Formats: sequence, structure tokens, C-alpha cells
Amino acid sequence: MLMAAIVLAATLFLPFVVVKPNRILQGQGRSLAESLAPWAGTALTLALLLVALSLIFRLPTGVKLVITMVSLAATILALGGAAHAQLPPGNSYARVSPGSGFWLLLFGLSLATIDVIARLKPSPQFRLLLLLIAAIVIGGIFASGILSEISVIKEYSNRSDAFWAEMRRHVTLALGSMCLAFVLGVPIGVLCNRVKWLRASALNTLNILQTVPSIALFGLLILPLGWIAANIPGASAIGIAGIGVAPAFVALVLYSLLPVVANTVAGLENVPREANDAARGAGMTDMQRLVSIEFPLTFPSLLAAVRIVLIQNIGMATIAALIGGGGMGVFVFQGLGQSAMDLVLLGALPTVAMSFIAAIILGALVDFSTSPGTEARSA
Amino acid sequence: MIDIQSVTKRYGGKAVVDAVSFSVPEGSIAVLVGTSGSGKTTLLRMINQLVSQDEGAILIGGEDTRGIPGHELRRRIGYAIQGHGLFPHRTVAENIATVPRLLKWERSRIDAKVAELLTLFQLDPALYADRYPHQLSGGQQQRVGVARALAAEPKILLMDEPFGALDPVLRGTAQDELLAIQKRFGTTIVIVTHDINEAFHLGDTIAVMDKGKLLQYGHPIDLLKTPATPFVEGLVGTFDRPFRLLSLGTIASVVEPGDAPGEPIGIDKTQQEALAALMWAGAQVLPVTAEDGAKLGRVRLETLLGQAIRPQ
Repeated sequence: MLMAAIVLAATLFLPFVVVKPNRILQGQGRSLAESLAPWAGTALTLALLLVALSLIFRLPTGVKLVITMVSLAATILALGGAAHAQLPPGNSYARVSPGSGFWLLLFGLSLATIDVIARLKPSPQFRLLLLLIAAIVIGGIFASGILSEISVIKEYSNRSDAFWAEMRRHVTLALGSMCLAFVLGVPIGVLCNRVKWLRASALNTLNILQTVPSIALFGLLILPLGWIAANIPGASAIGIAGIGVAPAFVALVLYSLLPVVANTVAGLENVPREANDAARGAGMTDMQRLVSIEFPLTFPSLLAAVRIVLIQNIGMATIAALIGGGGMGVFVFQGLGQSAMDLVLLGALPTVAMSFIAAIILGALVDFSTSPGTEARSA
Repeated sequence: MIDIQSVTKRYGGKAVVDAVSFSVPEGSIAVLVGTSGSGKTTLLRMINQLVSQDEGAILIGGEDTRGIPGHELRRRIGYAIQGHGLFPHRTVAENIATVPRLLKWERSRIDAKVAELLTLFQLDPALYADRYPHQLSGGQQQRVGVARALAAEPKILLMDEPFGALDPVLRGTAQDELLAIQKRFGTTIVIVTHDINEAFHLGDTIAVMDKGKLLQYGHPIDLLKTPATPFVEGLVGTFDRPFRLLSLGTIASVVEPGDAPGEPIGIDKTQQEALAALMWAGAQVLPVTAEDGAKLGRVRLETLLGQAIRPQ
């Protein structure tokens, strides 16, 4: 119902695209029907109304899935079409941006799609397949050039080199800090599991760290890292400095530690007591027990930590740009500075997409890893 | 031979095992019986040094266990626990192969051993070797747990309430299976249980523990004949002790020459089983046959009743 209402309202009342004389000035909204060629606009409006109706009625979920996914693709295609139709020929300053109607439509249809997928209770394989299909369709739409006149894409084509460089840096920051967090966090978690008094203090410290606002943490790190760079020989040579990548990296590692340590501890605690007892009774050394019994049984919990940390870091790495750490945040803050919303979107949309993809892939992996043996430990 | 010499273990100043001494002869089954909190499990876990004693010594074949690194000692001693403790992420075959792998046996030898044990426990290797523990029934899991404990052919097997999670029918089968296996390998076994029936069924000797102290250690018949304390007397049960007494002897010792009509009783049955058969048949006398069906003689109700009198 809600989703149907959103689709309905978005289609009928809100501007689908906004046409602006240049990239900064306020623009004029056009509804879906107005923004395309008359026949196409009307047809698509009617089609979307039908989609909205179909969401209310009881249909086989498979049918609904196809309907919502096709509507999503159609909406994105319509955006490209609208840009081509609305842009005055020969004017390279004018911009066509997605309007609130488009965003709401995208939101409503995505929600409906997710809802339908959830109802199908898909296997991990099927979820990955859907992701692949979506990636191919969306990639195809981009490659076809249909969207080339959209403002965000224009911002992209103006700085595609910088875009990919920052993307690489963003991913490096997020993945690198995650890896280091695991290298540090898993041993800490094991220690916490073995030494009881350490556990409360370690987890509390990390909890407090987690509550420090990210910008404050970035700021707090400038001093000690600056000191290290200035006073420890060789530190600045390997890139440690008060601002830039180093404090961003350190901050992301610190934020990642809590989920890693907490999940390691929780995972180890869930290893059946009898299995540990039997392992010791069979004559395994502590190291053998850790490697061949405890870690395999802790694996799903660690994978869940990877999911949490990766999604968290992809989002948080955006802020790294504030202290010169680079990443997609560069476009967001440039855009904010120039009040060019399209530039903000150029930074934000890929970040959201990356988080989304990471969430789906890791969710599927978590499901895979819990299949043989491990889920039935109560037996 | 396991020699336990005035062993004491304290937790927070309180002795949970208090100066306990006894020895288990080689190739016999000793049962540690007592209520929960009596210290029997702690005592068991000191034999393979999962818990180290504060005082006293434990000798295995004359060798002080503290002279051997704990993990090496434990690889020589089988260990089976309640709720089986199987590794949920490993297959049945991998579970059984645990200790042989730690001992770096050759692959072919491990495979042969796993197949042998599965067959011995009536689990078809082709069917069960690659299953995961959660795909087995409770009785099967328990058997795999015991098979794992026996995999490296240990001279000693420690069992902590190994049949505690099984229903009474399965428990009886598992106990008989264990007796057969013990006979076959000649393993020295120490079992912890709180089930006095299990203790009488399995034990060559029984150690009764209460509040960390060893109250009595001896042959089951000694416990019936001369209970050391009222606690032991209460534990062995006053109302069914004549039947327990009968359950300790086979009819081989009471069979007499002659013939009798009626359903024959096997020579390997206990006197208790013979009594039950006689009572149920309403007979004064029944024939006794060997395992191959050959007639051996007869057993009389009167003789059996005479066996149930309190021994002097």
C-alpha cells in the first residue's frame, strides 16, 4: 500500500526532472508526462499507475518481481530520455537533473522490489544472480549512452580520471583498514576470550571509541600522528602525517576494531563447550585447537564482522576527504562547497551502490558459510 | 594400571577431590559413581591432566603423568564425554580420525581404522563416513564419540557420563556394546556416572564418591556385602540389593547336571535373568544350554534364591 502510494504520488504530482540553465542555478521542475515526448510520457505515466495498482493486488510474487524490476529499468531509461528531450540543442551549460519525483519513484520501486525479493526467501545463489542481472542491466544502460545528458553523468564525464582515482583510493581505504582491523582485532578477540578480565575492559574501550564522532576522531588523530611523523625517523617516509590518508586510515581501523573484536569474542563463545573439551581431551595443543576447531566454528561470526565493517567503512571513508584522505568524499565536499548538488551525487551514489553490493555479496556468503554442520551445533 | 595416590584438588580453598587413592587394574572397568558435585568428573579429568592435581600423584603404568606433556599424555588416552562433543564442522570420518591425525599416522592406516571402527559400531562406512554429526541420531552420535576415543587404540579409555544423553533402551545397547569392545581390545576403562545401575552393569570395580571423598572402592559385591557408610548403603539401594547381587554372577556357577522341561536359558545369562525367566515361567527348574544350543544341565529356583542371601 505504502509503496503503491509513493509510486502514485511520485508519478502524478512531483517533478520527474529539473531543468536548469546551468549547473548551479535553481531549475524548473517537469512532471513525468511533460518531460518526455507526449506519447511516451503519457504511456509511461499510465504504465506506472498500473504498476502501482498491481502492487496492491495479490499477484504471484514472481510476476511482481518482474513487474517491479522492469519498472525500475524503465524509470531509469525514462530519465535518460527526458534529458535528451528537455535539453535545448547546442546549449552546453544547461543541465537536466533527476527531480524529487524520480528519486521517490526510484525509492518506492526499489522498496517494492526488495519487499518482493524478501517474500521469495531466495537462496544465496539466487540473490547473487539477481545482483548480477541488475549489474548487467544498469551497466548496459550506462554504456548505451542513454543517460549521457543527465547532469550527474555530465559531471562524471568532465572528471572521469579523477573519479576512478578517487574510487580506487576509497576502496583501498575501506578494504585496507578492514584488513588491518582483522589482523589486529582477531588476536585481541582471542586474548579476550582466554583472559576473562581483559574482555570487559577491551570491549568497553572499543565501545567508547565507537561513540566518538568520526570528524572528532579524525581531528584527534592529527596531533599524535603529526608528532610521530615529525619525531620518528622514517615515519613520514612511509606516508604517516597529521593529515591525509594516515589519520583517515587509522580512524577507520579504530572504528572497525569493535565489530571485529566483539564478533571474534562472540564467535569463540559460541563454540560448543563439549567440542572444546573433546579437542583438549584428544590431545590437541592450544594452537591446534584454535586453528582447527575454534576458528572454523567462529568463521560465520567473522564473516558477519566483515559485512558490518565493510559497509561501515565504505560509508565512513567518505569523510576521509575532509582531512585530505581522498576517496568519493572529495566530490561530495567539492559539490557542497560549490552548492552543485550533481557533484555531491557523483560522490554519494557510487558510495551507496558499493555498500549495497557489499551487503548483498557478504549476506550471501554468510548464508553459504552456515550451511554444512555449523548451524546444527545444538544437536 | 592406573595408580591414584592421595590426590587432592582444591578450588578456592575448598577441596573438590580430597586425598583420594585407589588403583584400577589393567584391562578392567572401574566406575566412579556419586551425586553431582561429588568430584568424580574432576578426578577423571585429572587422570589425563585436563585438570592438574594440587597434591598427590597419578601413575599410569608406573609413570607419573606430570612427567609427560599434557597433550602427549592425552593422545595416548581415549576420552569420551556426555553429549559426545563431536566437532560439528567435521564429518564422521574426520571426527574419528582426530587423534590418529595428531599422531601423524599414514593416510591409509587412518582410513582403514575409521572403516574398522564404523563397522564395529554398526555404522556402514559407505553411508556414514561423510555425514556431519547433526545428520546422525543421538545414539549414532554417541557411538561416533566412543569410536573417536578408541581410534588411536589407547590402552586407557576415560568416559564422562558417555551414555547420559541416551534414552534407556539405547543406553542398555550402548553399555553392552562397550562391554563387548572392552573384551575385544582389553582396554582399561574408567567411567563416571551417577547411575548406580550402570555402575553395577559395567563395573569390575566401583568407586563411590561423595563431597570429594572416596567412601568405598571395591568389587560391586563388596558394596552390597559391606557398605562402608550409610551413604553407600543408600546408594546401592536396600530394596533391590538381592537382585543386584544376582545380576553380578552368571548361571555357569549354579548350573547342575540333569534335565528339565521348558524354554532353555543361555549359559551366558546372569543369575538375575535366570531368576526372572523361572518366575515368569512359573517353573521350579529350567534347562541350561550353551550358545550353540547344546544341553549343559539345569538351574533350580531354590539354588538361585540361595544365591540372593546376604553374603557373609
